[in-house]
Amino acid sequence: MNENVIEVKNLVKNFDVSRGFFSRNKAVVKAVDGISFNIPKGESLGLVGQSGCGKTTTARALCLLDPKTSGDVNFYNPDSDEMQNLDDLNDEQIKQFRRNTQMIFQDPYESLNPRWTIKDIILEPLNIHNIGSLENRTEAVVEILRTVGLTPPENYLPRYPHELSGGQRQRVSIARSLVMNPKFVICDEPTSMLDVSIRISIMDLMLELANDLDVSYLYITHDLAVARYMCNRIAVMFNGKIVEIAKTEDLLNNPIHPYTKRLISSIPVPDPKYTREKYDIDFTELDQIIANNTENLAMVDVGDEHFVATHDVKDLLI
Amino acid sequence: MSKNILEVDNLNMHYETLEGNVMAVNNVTFSVKEGESFGLVGESGCGKSSVASTLLQLQSDNAVISSGSIKLDGKEIVGLTENELRQVRWNDISIVFQGAMNAWNPVVKIGEQIREAIREHYPEKSKKENTEKISELFKIVGLEDSIMDRYPHELSGGMKQRAVIALALSCDPKIVIADEPTTALDVVIQDQILNEIKKVQKLLGLSLIYISHDIAVIAEMTDNMAVMYAGSIVELGPTEQIFSSPKHAYTKLLLESTPSIVGEKKKLRSLDGEPPSLINKLSGCSFAPRCPDKETTCNPELDMELVEVSAGHYVDNCCSRGA
Repeated sequence: MNENVIEVKNLVKNFDVSRGFFSRNKAVVKAVDGISFNIPKGESLGLVGQSGCGKTTTARALCLLDPKTSGDVNFYNPDSDEMQNLDDLNDEQIKQFRRNTQMIFQDPYESLNPRWTIKDIILEPLNIHNIGSLENRTEAVVEILRTVGLTPPENYLPRYPHELSGGQRQRVSIARSLVMNPKFVICDEPTSMLDVSIRISIMDLMLELANDLDVSYLYITHDLAVARYMCNRIAVMFNGKIVEIAKTEDLLNNPIHPYTKRLISSIPVPDPKYTREKYDIDFTELDQIIANNTENLAMVDVGDEHFVATHDVKDLLI
Repeated sequence: MSKNILEVDNLNMHYETLEGNVMAVNNVTFSVKEGESFGLVGESGCGKSSVASTLLQLQSDNAVISSGSIKLDGKEIVGLTENELRQVRWNDISIVFQGAMNAWNPVVKIGEQIREAIREHYPEKSKKENTEKISELFKIVGLEDSIMDRYPHELSGGMKQRAVIALALSCDPKIVIADEPTTALDVVIQDQILNEIKKVQKLLGLSLIYISHDIAVIAEMTDNMAVMYAGSIVELGPTEQIFSSPKHAYTKLLLESTPSIVGEKKKLRSLDGEPPSLINKLSGCSFAPRCPDKETTCNPELDMELVEVSAGHYVDNCCSRGA
């Protein structure tokens, strides 16, 4: 019996940026530099941080879109009811993994094939994994369209993505990932392209589906307010490393790492009477400290599953 | 009592398209005082940016201002010729555009691009004077002088946006329009830019029109605000008052659909449906088809018109009676 859907240990992803084919000096960018986290079943983890900190790289490495450089990823395989290491999989098992781990992308305008009908788009994963008979598949498509709130489904089946609004397209993306009945879905800023008014309905839909279908999310966002609404726990990433990870309310009320504090202090609050606490840090110095820590950052538990990176950060305050 | 620097009165603007006229701005009336910061908020396509472009008379060729007036410091600018407009733009009113990346010419150094704007308006000034002026502006927005000799691609998004703000200030305008100046930026950088804009505004006593879809940013940046929906202003008034006692159903929804990191974690409300097509004139309350709070006090058949509910706080007459 295992309680996590995914366990990540010291995940590293480097990109080779050596100049020229014959160059002797290997230059690498450490996009993800030894991060570890677990996601318990039925819970959602928010991954927040500024652009370029490695959030999306983590997501792509986790679902095998890009090969990771090193580290261990164990995932829960519902077919065999046990944890499996991603490195030990044969082709058949990789297929199983891909079925159980889905991804929802940021931009619904680019992640749907413009020449395919909605029916084709949602049918594709079913065809690839050869699930059910042809009639069953069409039924599954109709069913999932109803689940994501595109009703009546018959009206949507023959339409093309350009005929739909941004919110409807993102619903199609969600339908496409959930039609496989995954246990783990990686969401890469699924609502940041959407308008304020539509955003909440998509977020509510995802929360509802997580509850009904027992799905866990890794929810990537740069917006802490969105992460708070969606996730049980939040991990804060900076320059390829996780600097703090804690339960959502704990992290917001009791941040410890200076970068987390800076991040929280920079979120505007929709209340004109509220004045934010000003908190500024020296980013060049933080960059240095993080870069000098070539070893994996040790995380210290400060209580109640609240982990903070332990490098020396006392003198960062300006 | 400070005077009005900008008065927009009953402005109507539409775009002529093959499918018909898109009524982008309908009967928009508002004014901005000296040193005031005024916010325009609404979802995409509600006409925020159309209002901004008409204020500078930068609207596209198929845009027609059918009626209304825009008075800038007492001077009417609707109907001015292109030559007359060149005197107004940047001298009296300037704009900070949304994408800092797209606002710069990639093959000209930043300093030269700002000098060009100053030269256009003050041809008598020497290059040295202009460079000093830019150096002064850069100090205000927190950039080093060496940035002047850089090309846009050498700068980060936040630096480019700071330089765009310096560009907007280069001819000492009385009023600056900021059209979503931080949407393409990271939260921490956004915070820095917002502080910079606030600082500059206070320092120079500027009037500011801040356009955003993010109600949290509007809450922090503005004294007065207007909520736009489908080309019309549905609520107008002091920011604090609109946040503490919103009157229009759409404003209430906007406020209740914004997640926050402080206070109780609340269930947020979502807004179903889509904004109406603006082709051809809408009659009655344009929000009525999506309105979740329809009450007996609603008057959806009345044409849209702002009614004063308390001092300086106006709301569309459909929602005014329940207030």
